[in-house]
Amino acid sequence: MKELMTGNEAVARGAWEAGVTVASAYPGTPSTEILENIAHYQEIYGEWAPNEKVALEVAIGGSIAGARSLASMKHVGLNVAADPLFTNAYTGIRGGLVIITADDPGMHSSQNEQDNRNYAKFAKIPMLEPSDSQEAKDFFIEAIKISEEFDTPVILRMTTRVCHSKGLVELGERELIPIKEYKKEINKYVATPANAKVMRVKLEERLKNLAEYSERTPLNRVEWGDKKIGIIISGVSYQYAKEVFGDKASYFKLGFSYPLPLDKIKAFASEVEELYVVEELDPFIEEQLKAAGIQCIGKEKIPLIGELNPAIIAQSLTGEIKSSIDCDMDNVVPRPPTMCSGCPHRGLFYVLGKKSRDIIITGDIGCYTLASADPLRAMDTCICMGASISAGHGVQKAFEKNNVDKKVFAVIGDSTFFHSGITGLMNIVYNKGNATTIILDNRITGMTGHQENPGTGYTLKGEKTNMIDIAKLCEGIGVKKIKTINPLNLEETAEAIEEAMDVTEPMVIIAKWPCALKRLWPEEKELYGNTRSKLYVNEDRCSGCKACIRTGCPSIAFINGKAHIDDSMCVGCAVCQQVCRFGAIQRQGGEGQ
Amino acid sequence: MTNVKNVFIVGVGGQGIILAGKVFSAGLVGAGYDVKMSEVHGMSQRGGNVTTQVRFGDKVYSPIIGKGEAHLILALEKMEALRWAEYLKPDGKIVLNDFAVPSAPILSGKAIYPENIVDSFKGKTDILIVKANDIAEELGNLKVTNMVMVGAMIKALDLSHIDWDEIIRREVKEKFIDINILALKRGMEAI
Ligand SMILES: Cc1ncc(C[n+]2csc(CCOP(=O)(O)OP(=O)(O)O)c2C)c(N)n1
Repeated sequence: MKELMTGNEAVARGAWEAGVTVASAYPGTPSTEILENIAHYQEIYGEWAPNEKVALEVAIGGSIAGARSLASMKHVGLNVAADPLFTNAYTGIRGGLVIITADDPGMHSSQNEQDNRNYAKFAKIPMLEPSDSQEAKDFFIEAIKISEEFDTPVILRMTTRVCHSKGLVELGERELIPIKEYKKEINKYVATPANAKVMRVKLEERLKNLAEYSERTPLNRVEWGDKKIGIIISGVSYQYAKEVFGDKASYFKLGFSYPLPLDKIKAFASEVEELYVVEELDPFIEEQLKAAGIQCIGKEKIPLIGELNPAIIAQSLTGEIKSSIDCDMDNVVPRPPTMCSGCPHRGLFYVLGKKSRDIIITGDIGCYTLASADPLRAMDTCICMGASISAGHGVQKAFEKNNVDKKVFAVIGDSTFFHSGITGLMNIVYNKGNATTIILDNRITGMTGHQENPGTGYTLKGEKTNMIDIAKLCEGIGVKKIKTINPLNLEETAEAIEEAMDVTEPMVIIAKWPCALKRLWPEEKELYGNTRSKLYVNEDRCSGCKACIRTGCPSIAFINGKAHIDDSMCVGCAVCQQVCRFGAIQRQGGEGQ
Repeated sequence: MTNVKNVFIVGVGGQGIILAGKVFSAGLVGAGYDVKMSEVHGMSQRGGNVTTQVRFGDKVYSPIIGKGEAHLILALEKMEALRWAEYLKPDGKIVLNDFAVPSAPILSGKAIYPENIVDSFKGKTDILIVKANDIAEELGNLKVTNMVMVGAMIKALDLSHIDWDEIIRREVKEKFIDINILALKRGMEAI
C-alpha cells in the first residue's frame, strides 16, 4: 500500500517498521513532527526531553540497554547534543541508534544555516541522506542496520524540504526485534582516558570499514545518462537535478554520504566529460573530492548560501533563466509574522519597552522574539536557546565593573527556560548577579506548534504527569525574590518591573498566562478559560493617538485617523484598553462581560 | 517529466491552505498520479504568508519549483498573488480570490495595501477571478472559502472527472462534509 507522507511521517513510520522502542527529542522546526508521529505508535516509548543533549543521552541509554533507539532534533539542536555525540562515536552502541538532524537551508525558521553534514566527518560517524519521503523511511531502516553491523551511532541527515514535502511511500510491516541481552562491558561503555585510548584506535578502524562499505552499498549508485555531464549529488538536490537534466546527465547519487566512496566516484569521474558537485550549503563533498585529487566544479557555480531549487541549479549550470510574467511588485507590502491577538507576551513587552532607555533586554528564542520587531522593539539580543539569562549576566557584570548604570532584564520562554535557562540562572545566583529574569510562562512550547514541556503537566502522548513548578524550582536554586504576575494586566506587570529596577539581588518574574492559541486542558479551563467579550472602539472618544496600535495587536487597524478593532479576531485580552488614555476602547456588552 | 503540472497555492495563515492542499493532492493520488507536495507554514499561525506547492504527473522528482515554473497560481488573497507572481510561467494561469487581508505594516498605517491588483494582471496573464469569500458567506461558513477556491482550480486544470466528493468525505471532519462538497461545486461553477 502506498500513502502520501511527509519525510517526517516517513521517518516515524521507518522507526516503527525497524522495531525501535525508545525515541526522545526536543522540538525544533523542521524536525518536530517526527516525534509527534512517533507518539501514535503504541509499541514505541516516545518522549519530549527538556533539551537535545538529554534526548540524545536517553537514546544512548536505550541503545546501551539493547533496544533500537533514536533521537531527533533540528540542526542547532545537535550543537547542544554534540557532547554525547562525539563520545558515543567512541563507545559505540548495543541496540541500533539513529540520530536525526533536520537542517534548514534557507533559514525558513532558524537562526542560522549550519550544515550538519560536517558533524558526521567531525565526529567520525556514518551519515545517510534521504532525498524524499520513501527514502526517509527506507534509509532510517538501513541506518539502524548499519548501526548494529558496525557498532556505531548513525546520523540521518534531513533538510526542510525532505522533512516537510510529501511523496508516496510504500508501507511495510514492523520487524519484531527482541531487546539484546544486557551485559556489563565496562571497557566499552566507560569512556575513561584509558578505555578511550583503545576506543580511539577502533574508531579509525571502523571508519575504514565504513569507507569500504560505502564503496559497495547500493545506497550509493550510478545512474547513467548522457556522459557529457556527470553530477555528484545527495539529499533533495538529487530530485532537483533530475528535474533539470533528466537523462541528459549521469548521476552519482549518494545515499550514504559519509564516509564517501572515493574509488567509485573516481571511476565515475573518469567516464564523464565534465564533473559537477551539486550540494546545498557547504562544499562538504567537493572539498573531500578535491583533497582526493578528483577534479570537479562545485561552489564556483552552485550558490553557497540558501536553499537550492531546480531553477537555481539550471541557471547555475546552464545559464538558463526561466521567464515569468512582468508584474510591478514594488508596492507589495511584507507580511511579517506578529504576536497573535491575545498573546500574553504582548502586555509584558509593551510595559518593558517603555523602559527602553534605562534597561537592556537580553532575549531568547521563541514566539516572544517577535518583540524585537516593530512596533514593540523591546529586545536587544537573541543568540541561542538559554543565552538570555547567561548573556544578561555577562552584560550586567560588564556594566557593574565599568560603572555603567543600566538595569538588565533577561526574558525567556517556559520551554526555553527548562531547555537551558536554569543553568544560567544558577550562575546568577552563584556569582551574585542582579540581572532580573522574566520567565514568559505561556504554559506551552508555542513557537514550534504547541508541544508539552516539563512545566505543562502533560507528556508527548497526552498523558497527565508531574508538573514542574517554576517558582519552586527558582526558589530551590536560591532565588529569594520571585513574583508571579499576569502579563495581560499592565498595572501588575509595571509594578513588578518597577520593583525589579531597584533590587540588588537575583530576581525572577514569572509572567504566567496561557498562549492564546493553546487548547486548554480541563483544569486549565477553570483557571484561564473565562472567555471575555470582545472590545470595540468608541469612535467619538478615539483621538487617533495610535497608542493601541503600538501594542502591535493584529486585530487593531488604523483607518481614516481612528483605531478599529476587527471583531472576528479580537479575543478580549484588553491590553489595548489599558493603554488607551481616552477610554475609547470598550467591552461589548459593558465591563464585566 | 514534460507532463508534470506545477500548482502554487498561496495565501495567509488561517485561510485553510493546508487543508486545500491536502484535499487536492489526495484527489490526485486517487486518480493515479505521482504527486509531490511541499509546504512552508512555520509562521502560519502568526499572520505570516503560507504557501503550498503541489506537483503531479507520471513521475515527479522535485517537490518544489523555481521562478517561472508554475502552471497555475491559486491565490486565496490578492496581494499574495502579486508576491508570488514571478513563479508563474509566462503562459500560466492565476485563479484569484478577490479578497484582501491587510498585513501588519498596513494595519498600523505605515504602508498601504496595493491598489488595482486585479487590473494590474490583466493583459499579462490569464486570470480567473472568484469571489470565494462571498460565496462561502452565502453558504453560511467563511471557513469553506478554501474549498470554493479548490473547486475553481479543479475546473481550471480540467480535473473535474475525479470524484472529489469522495475525497472530501475522506479528508474533512464529518460535520463539515456537506458544506465543503457544496463549496467545491460552487467554486467549479464560479469560473
Ligand atoms: C537548540 C534549539 N532547539 C530548538 C529550537 C527550536 N525552538 C525555537 S523556539 C523554541 C521553543 C520556544 O518555546 P517557549 O520558550 O516556551 O516560548 P514560546 O514560543 O512559547 O513563546 C524551540 C523549540 C532552537 N531554536 N534551538
